[in-house]
Amino acid sequence: MTTRYLFAGFGGQGILFAGKFAAYKGLMEDRQVSWLPSYGPEMRGGTASCSVIVSDEPVGSPIVSHPDVLIAMNLPSFDKYEQAVVPGGRIFLDSTLVERPPVRSDVTVTAIPATQLASENGIPTLANMIIMGSVLKAMGEFGEDGVLAALKKVVSAKHADMLDANLKALKLGAEY
Amino acid sequence: MADKVLMKGNEAIAEAAILAGCRHYFGYPITPQTEIAAYMAKRMPKIGGTFLQAESEIAAINMVYGVSSAGKRVMTSSSSPGISLKGEGLSYLAGADLPALVVNVQRGGPGLGGIQPSQSDYFQATRGGGHGDYRMIVLAPASVQEMADLTVKGFELADTYRMTAMILADGTMGQMMEPVDLELTVTPPPAKPWAATGTGMKRPHNIINSLSLVPEELEELNFARYRRYAQIEEKETRWEEYRMEDADVCVAAFGIAARVSKNAVNEARKMGIRAGLIRPITLWPFPKVPFAKAAGQVKEIISVELSMGQMIEDVRLASGCRVPVTLCNRAGGMIPTPEQVLDAIKRAAENGGAAQ
Amino acid sequence: MKTVFDRPHALIDVPLHYCPGCTHGIVHRLVAEVIDELGIEGSAIGIAPVGCSVMAYNYFNCDMIEAAHGRAPAVATGVKRADPGKTVFTYQGDGDLASIGMAETVHAAARNENITVIFINNAIYGMTGGQMAPTSLPGQITQTSPYGRDVTQCGFPIKVCEMLAQLDGAEYLERVAVNSVKNVKNAKKAILKAFRNQLEGKGFSLVEVLSSCPTNWGLTPQNALKWVEEKMIPYYPLGVYKDRSEEAVK
Repeated sequence: MTTRYLFAGFGGQGILFAGKFAAYKGLMEDRQVSWLPSYGPEMRGGTASCSVIVSDEPVGSPIVSHPDVLIAMNLPSFDKYEQAVVPGGRIFLDSTLVERPPVRSDVTVTAIPATQLASENGIPTLANMIIMGSVLKAMGEFGEDGVLAALKKVVSAKHADMLDANLKALKLGAEY
Repeated sequence: MADKVLMKGNEAIAEAAILAGCRHYFGYPITPQTEIAAYMAKRMPKIGGTFLQAESEIAAINMVYGVSSAGKRVMTSSSSPGISLKGEGLSYLAGADLPALVVNVQRGGPGLGGIQPSQSDYFQATRGGGHGDYRMIVLAPASVQEMADLTVKGFELADTYRMTAMILADGTMGQMMEPVDLELTVTPPPAKPWAATGTGMKRPHNIINSLSLVPEELEELNFARYRRYAQIEEKETRWEEYRMEDADVCVAAFGIAARVSKNAVNEARKMGIRAGLIRPITLWPFPKVPFAKAAGQVKEIISVELSMGQMIEDVRLASGCRVPVTLCNRAGGMIPTPEQVLDAIKRAAENGGAAQ
Repeated sequence: MKTVFDRPHALIDVPLHYCPGCTHGIVHRLVAEVIDELGIEGSAIGIAPVGCSVMAYNYFNCDMIEAAHGRAPAVATGVKRADPGKTVFTYQGDGDLASIGMAETVHAAARNENITVIFINNAIYGMTGGQMAPTSLPGQITQTSPYGRDVTQCGFPIKVCEMLAQLDGAEYLERVAVNSVKNVKNAKKAILKAFRNQLEGKGFSLVEVLSSCPTNWGLTPQNALKWVEEKMIPYYPLGVYKDRSEEAVK
């Protein structure tokens, strides 16, 4: 079983962080993982993306051009990658920022107003993790122990106070 | 498994270098390898080492020359344009028979080029990079784990053979994160009685030098160096063969291109095409043996590269032109997709040998 | 019998390859005497440049490293960082230090790298046969300035001590000459201080030595020394350009 994730959005939305969380969650479950960011000047305020692969076998190419799961946190990303998703795949949208309906009918689309939920709940920087909660729930992977273990890996000791906020965001997404 | 951490390739190189006993790093900022310098800047002061941001790539490689002359393990890293600047120092290191580890996290060129991944410094690396007759040991990692493993190996080979070892990676390898096991086995450096450490008034002075004005003597130095290179070719050539046992189409690829190619080989196998992969791990010395063998076995060899076709020349030499060798490539920072490689494999399987 | 004059131990007993009348030999001797007097031959590591003194590694008895053209301060940086207890010096000419290696020179000074730099300024490229140097004087005829150095085309000579004195990093900068007995004695004092500074951990110390090149200047050795006095010293005044220990005293 191999799941290829593509995370995309604006720089600053925590795209790479969400991807890292997904990769660590796989790692904590003894699965094979890879995480590959876009890099360079486009990261500064432009489009950020990252490829994450979680697999039971050794990961071949770390580049995800046809994701099983697309997390699109803004409209340009959705426009760019909607057609790339494999038939039968899943798309998760931040519907606060992506206002158009999907064109594809052969994929499962979950729209969640993550940015709005984040700001309403006092965690304005964590729309990324709200969407992740929704992803994990839909994939049947939202176990609180596993989620917390992975969170502890990605939230640095310096920002340990952010653990609860991240957990809250994930739950918000899972329960939406 | 508990020991495994996710690390960027660039960070894995830096940490592995420290584990290998390297306490001196000199660099200059350039994308996409800057994480190495940043990592060293953070760690070196805490372990009594030296991190120094040099005024230029040229200065950095010459600082490497100085530390190596003093007998210590030392490294520098850069990306393509910066490696060109280091070319002078690479040649002098070779001429003075000094060990060093140099990392090139390649980006698209020529000139300032771009910052996306590339393998277009293959010629530069495998042919030495600077002026004169010399080689560098060139190691091509294809995973973050190998970024760490080959860094340690690189220091060891450099010390053993008194020459530069280069890690030839690319932007993808540098930037991606994968699990790494850092329980690395490190061989301590050998004694270096030739180093400039002060005579202590106990021995004649040591001279570290690449100048030799008598041609007969300089020729003999070159001969001796190439006798050492012959030993390296015999003992240190490394490669991975993947599903080659019964293959009749062979893909040749290193680094990120090999990762992409593995996907394509697996897809081809699902379709009933007997495809296999030879992945050189040392680019110099180039693994001639598996390609010579493949030449008697497969219909075609496809060289998959992030360049306009550089390794393909070595593949042709190694396979003795007994089998068509074709190119499947992207350039300028673009990466071939598994689909592109799969198409090439399908075409080779159908046309078998008629492709050239 | 009493020995009144002998070769310094730090100087190997081999014929030097320098031209007759060249003052490299004097400066080599001064450096070697200082190494002897400080008792540092066993812990000294010298860096030779590219230029006339490229083969200095054959003359100094301490461990020696031959550097690429202009890179001696970078190589010295590496050696000193790897082995801070050793005494590391470079011996460089004007083309090496002030032209191709200017960046390495300036940055080693800016970092106050704890090394000693002996800088031979003879206003010409000697080894390659007399081309214009960054320190060639205005109007000076050389192989590559056959009509005299035209400052409108190739700029003005670089005054290394004056320039480096602007850097907060540099510890000690002095310009001396070796064209007279008195000047040679002063040169020795400056070189001694530049090495002593390193032993005391004070940092970047450079001695610029105005030297003669009779062969490429096309002068007799005697007239070459006169040329140093009459042409070079007025353009490159002798003296201390920076000395932080003096500043501290003041």
